Amino acid sequence: MNPADRIRVQIEPFDIGAEHARIAALGHGTGAIASFTGLMRSSNEGDTVSAMTLEHYPGMTESALVEIVTAARTRWALQAVTVVHRVGRLLPGDAIVLVLAASAHRGEALDACEFIMDYLKTQAPFWKKEDTAAGSRWVEARTSDDQAAARWQAGGSGGADVSGQTPRGKDGGGPA
Amino acid sequence: MLQLLYFARLRETFGVEGERLPLPEPASVAALLDTLRSRGGAWASELAPGRAFRVAVNQRVATTDAPLASGDEVAIFPPVTGG
Repeated sequence: MNPADRIRVQIEPFDIGAEHARIAALGHGTGAIASFTGLMRSSNEGDTVSAMTLEHYPGMTESALVEIVTAARTRWALQAVTVVHRVGRLLPGDAIVLVLAASAHRGEALDACEFIMDYLKTQAPFWKKEDTAAGSRWVEARTSDDQAAARWQAGGSGGADVSGQTPRGKDGGGPA
Repeated sequence: MLQLLYFARLRETFGVEGERLPLPEPASVAALLDTLRSRGGAWASELAPGRAFRVAVNQRVATTDAPLASGDEVAIFPPVTGG
């Protein structure tokens, strides 16, 4: 992992300003920091969601995130990347995930930020369970997330398949 | 022996977080899945061909033809939903 990068999985909230300042303090070659913050919505699939619990696979989660950031670094010249993902119990409005990507110019930073999120949503082993009035339920994976990640492979610039696996959907859904 | 781990919905449906199992014959992910399916019930239905689940061997996503060796950590889990 690049020493300028920070990858964390944590229960505690994160401080977007502090994460931003850390990257800005690394050096003055950075001209752009793109950021994405994912928040917990109060509704999903038409139902009110009162809380959410995020589970992950300790060890594999961190290595999957490192792999995704490494793949982003092979595509774009990035000064620094931060990925912070929370686990445990979250309430509507709580921040779930933060991605910061810093580059000399905005295009690379924005693309890298989106690439990292697209792969995080389809490759990093996190699972959401949401509480609704009817009880708790596991969130189902979305085909649109797979399509978003697959876009990066279709462009022809190559090398984006961070896991080496076939994207879900082409193989009928199983791991084969 | 293999160390198996189950996550999220599959952990709840199987009613177990993990277990130790002997290496299947042949030593592959496919043979391990056959062993688990032979238990019937939720094991057979959740791991049926065509159902959406992933397998990771030593914390890397693997295909069913991946070989297994004694001491491997094999995780089975639903498609991921983070972010």
